[in-house]
Amino acid sequence: MEGNYELEKRKYVLGGVAFLIIIVYLLRLFSLQMLSEDYKHNADSNALLERIQFPARGAITDRNGKLMVYNQPAYDIMVVMNEQVGVDTADICASLGITVERYQRRMKEIKDKTRNPGYSPYTQQLFMNQLSAEEFSRFQEKLFRFPGFYIQKRSIRQYQYPYAAHILGDVGEVGPSDIKADEYYRSGDYIGKLGVERSYETLLRGEKGYEILLRDAHGRIKGRYQGGKYDKMPIPGKNLKLSIDLDLQALGERLMEGKLGSIVAIEPSTGEVLCMVSSPTYDPRLMVGRQRGDNSLLLGRDPNKPLLNRAIMGQYPPGSTFKTSQALTFLQEGIITPSTSYPCSHGFHYGSLTVGCHGHGSPLPLIPAIATSCNGYFCWGLYHMLGNRKKYETVQDAMTTWKDYMVSMGFGYKLGVDLPSEARGMIPNAQYYDKRYGNSWNGLTIISISIGQGEVNLTPLQIANLGATIANRGFYIVPHIVKEIQDQELDSIYRTRRNTMVKPENYELVARGMRQAVLGGTCRAANNGWYEVCGKTGTAQNPHGKDHSVFMGFAPMENPQIAICVYVENGGWGATYGVPIGALMMEQFIRGHLSPESEARAQQMASSHLIAYEGIKKPQNEIEEEMHNPLIP
Amino acid sequence: MKKKAGLFKSIDWITVFIYLVLLGMGWMSVCGATYDFDQAGNFLDFSTRSGMQIIWIASSLLLGGIILSTDDRLFESLSYLIYLGFLVVLAATPYMAHDIKGSLSWIKVGSFSVQPAEFAKFGTALCIAKVIESYGFHRLTHWRDYIICLLIFLPMGLIVLQRETGSALVYLSFFLMLYREGLPGCLLFAGLSAIAYFVVGARFAEIPLWELAPVNLGRFLVFLMIQIFTVGMLWVYIKPRKVAWRVFLYSIGLTLLALMVSRYVIPFDITWIQLAICVCSIFYLLYLALHERLLAYFYIALFTFGSLTIHFSADYVMNNVLQNHQRERIQVLLGLTDDPKNKGYNVNQAKIAIGSGGLKGKGFLNGTQTKLKYVPEQDTDFIFCTVGEEEGFIGCSIVLSLFLFLILRLIHLAERQPYAFGRVYGYCVMSVFLFHVFINVGMVLGLTPVIGIPLPFFSYGGSSLWGFTILLFIFLRIDAARGKAQS
Repeated sequence: MEGNYELEKRKYVLGGVAFLIIIVYLLRLFSLQMLSEDYKHNADSNALLERIQFPARGAITDRNGKLMVYNQPAYDIMVVMNEQVGVDTADICASLGITVERYQRRMKEIKDKTRNPGYSPYTQQLFMNQLSAEEFSRFQEKLFRFPGFYIQKRSIRQYQYPYAAHILGDVGEVGPSDIKADEYYRSGDYIGKLGVERSYETLLRGEKGYEILLRDAHGRIKGRYQGGKYDKMPIPGKNLKLSIDLDLQALGERLMEGKLGSIVAIEPSTGEVLCMVSSPTYDPRLMVGRQRGDNSLLLGRDPNKPLLNRAIMGQYPPGSTFKTSQALTFLQEGIITPSTSYPCSHGFHYGSLTVGCHGHGSPLPLIPAIATSCNGYFCWGLYHMLGNRKKYETVQDAMTTWKDYMVSMGFGYKLGVDLPSEARGMIPNAQYYDKRYGNSWNGLTIISISIGQGEVNLTPLQIANLGATIANRGFYIVPHIVKEIQDQELDSIYRTRRNTMVKPENYELVARGMRQAVLGGTCRAANNGWYEVCGKTGTAQNPHGKDHSVFMGFAPMENPQIAICVYVENGGWGATYGVPIGALMMEQFIRGHLSPESEARAQQMASSHLIAYEGIKKPQNEIEEEMHNPLIP
Repeated sequence: MKKKAGLFKSIDWITVFIYLVLLGMGWMSVCGATYDFDQAGNFLDFSTRSGMQIIWIASSLLLGGIILSTDDRLFESLSYLIYLGFLVVLAATPYMAHDIKGSLSWIKVGSFSVQPAEFAKFGTALCIAKVIESYGFHRLTHWRDYIICLLIFLPMGLIVLQRETGSALVYLSFFLMLYREGLPGCLLFAGLSAIAYFVVGARFAEIPLWELAPVNLGRFLVFLMIQIFTVGMLWVYIKPRKVAWRVFLYSIGLTLLALMVSRYVIPFDITWIQLAICVCSIFYLLYLALHERLLAYFYIALFTFGSLTIHFSADYVMNNVLQNHQRERIQVLLGLTDDPKNKGYNVNQAKIAIGSGGLKGKGFLNGTQTKLKYVPEQDTDFIFCTVGEEEGFIGCSIVLSLFLFLILRLIHLAERQPYAFGRVYGYCVMSVFLFHVFINVGMVLGLTPVIGIPLPFFSYGGSSLWGFTILLFIFLRIDAARGKAQS
């Protein structure tokens, strides 16, 4: 036994080896389990499949509750590669209306992991997307013959009417930049691209939910993770009620057929936009489903720019409609009084400078000057304002004051309408002219801005808003398209009055001038026996061709219900297109319909085309058919 | 009655307690590994593996009880008979077996499949213990003593014939016991070196020493190891250390010089220089052995020569001896292939499952990786994944600590045996457990080759559970009788 004593010590070696092994393993476990989160993520992406549940996108109605946009089921055809063996290729191609080559190419694409990274032969892969209801029902009858093929329902936008494309906008697949900007989106999601769909995207889309499913090593679904404890229900998108009056919008689009331009109507007391027409327009239903890509390309290439929303993106010289804003400024600044008269002998003459005018009495005070749209009067007004060295130290000071008035009326900056891509227009300031004329300029240099020409540019929305401000006698509410959001208040900027720098009594004078224009001035055609219309024409010169025909007005004179701007590019005199269209629009809105004589005039107006434009509209009979049989989800 | 009470008292209840705890945790793991989210059924349902495992556990307890109540010296006296019996069964197995995944180790008994290799371990252990006991070896010093190695290699060879290399390798663990009984440490070291040459050589075989070098890193490292081990042995065994210093300076110095030349002057295969150095060292040592009449030089020269031989035959072994799946598993383990969906899939998924457990684990039956079949053989060889995923670092630490405690306890029990028989048998038991835990947990953690052997008391299956129970309880029975022998 004594010989074994030394060997007995070897038990420590063996025990030590065992101890060492376990220590090494514990360290290894520690590094695997405690130091790295990667394995956890790996495990989750292995076994947990997050299946997104899409919320229903909010519906859109007009101000009277007419459904304009809703969701329609569309059908995707899915395929499970491992199950689709023995399918008659010719038969399935015939049922889907595709060629065998396309079928084979698609199958190859699905299996190509570089293009379809989530491919598994055990799970459903997208074979064909957005089948219409008819295509779907045709295919469904034969579905039993095609093992491995499945149908997945999803919803796409459906437009009830062919109107208001610019306002409604459309929905399309997200691009890489959208995904980058907002991590809510995943590839393949839909996002509002234009119009209200875009500006109210976050409200309309709702919130995606998900269910967490267990997926085994072959990609098969084995039930819900923890009985659905961590699932999240999708939150449906909010419904929107637009302030648009669909009938008014439809009439506006009809009247603007064959013309370039825009109509904007606003309810003065609320700032709600009653219609917003931009012509040429297009049928919003062109931008749905599988044909969306092709159509949007065609529309984008069209030289008449049907995708451009001229009402907020077109920047035009306001012409004589701008004189109202000048009258307000001069009155408030004390440059003129209601009884101040200026001479006008076929225009404004100062040295060699002449601004022409048409024939009317002279000299004349403010109200007739507005009624007859006298150029001379407003040129003298601006000349006296900018030249008034008692009130303003320099011409720059005077110009800055003038600019402040203009800005307070909503010009020169974006109004803040709830649509994307609004333009700000152009109101020049002193710095602008200093730079341009090297400090040697005066009222005469820039005299044409007083009659809405020269550097001044407004959007039709800003002109309509000017009309609304006069109708309100001195304030406006930022124009907006959305009247109500489901379960939510409108943004406070759409509920707040904005006062301009001009007092209400001065507005009253201008309103009377505009009334006079209807009774005996440039807008006589707008006069009627039902209500008192106030209006102002504009004939805006432009370097690109024939004058633009402009009308700004509101009615009735007391408690106005509608303020409007009609802008017809190259339409000539304001009275030619602007006034009659404006009058018809106001009649439609205030009376709810057109009288037979008005209807006849509307027909005539609709059929007098300034441009030849066909667009890519759907055949009319198809539209009517759909309007009679709407596919309500 | 008195005898019974004495026996009852002298049983090592600590070991029995660890055994029961491990069994309990093992059963939970089997439940976790075989649980199906679709059909959350009854764990006691005998059509499921968790239900079947209950039967195996119950029968094991019964078996343990029976073993404890046998006569004092029953197993000692039957040792040879049992061993011979197992040799016959092992030899016959391939002819009676039905093929399960290429393995011919399972034979049908009634409606159950039994794997004789799992049981043959205790027979071999008994036999070795008996031989050492009866010949009264105190030290394994004479070459004749190594006749007992035959007792190990015989069943091992028979099991290799059943294409169960994993189970066969377990028998190598008996060399740990031999070390306790006097096997010189240098022999064990030589064995481990051989494994190191093989692993390193294969692991780095396809990597160049540096970019565009005409040398592969594997061979360079193996030769370097041989050079260092040679110098190391001279350092340990030859005093004074003048020779060790001299060989060190020439061997390492020349290699470094060759390395420099190859790197900066003319690229050439420096392993030829290394080989030349090794061969010169051998001849130099042989010369010294003759000159100084010191056998130690001869043995060291033999070691160096053997090392070279092992290295050169490694490729041959890899390509001609190992089976395809074993070669692949070794390659995966050594990081030669890192395609996670392919051959390394098992190990990679095992790491993911364990790593996802975190500190506290996902909780009983909440593991996703193991249940959704991401981890292969999740209820047998890879069962430790379930522990890792569901019980986390805490659970793994408890399990490993229990195994360590069991092994240390077995060493303690073995050392207190009055006779060589008990001690040798005890060390055999301890070695088998150590080897199983080392390889099984190591492969799951990606540290050792993927050799398919079960984790004691955890892996599903009757054969292995019975095998381990018999192995352990025979030792407990032997240990219970120690007091009587002393008195």
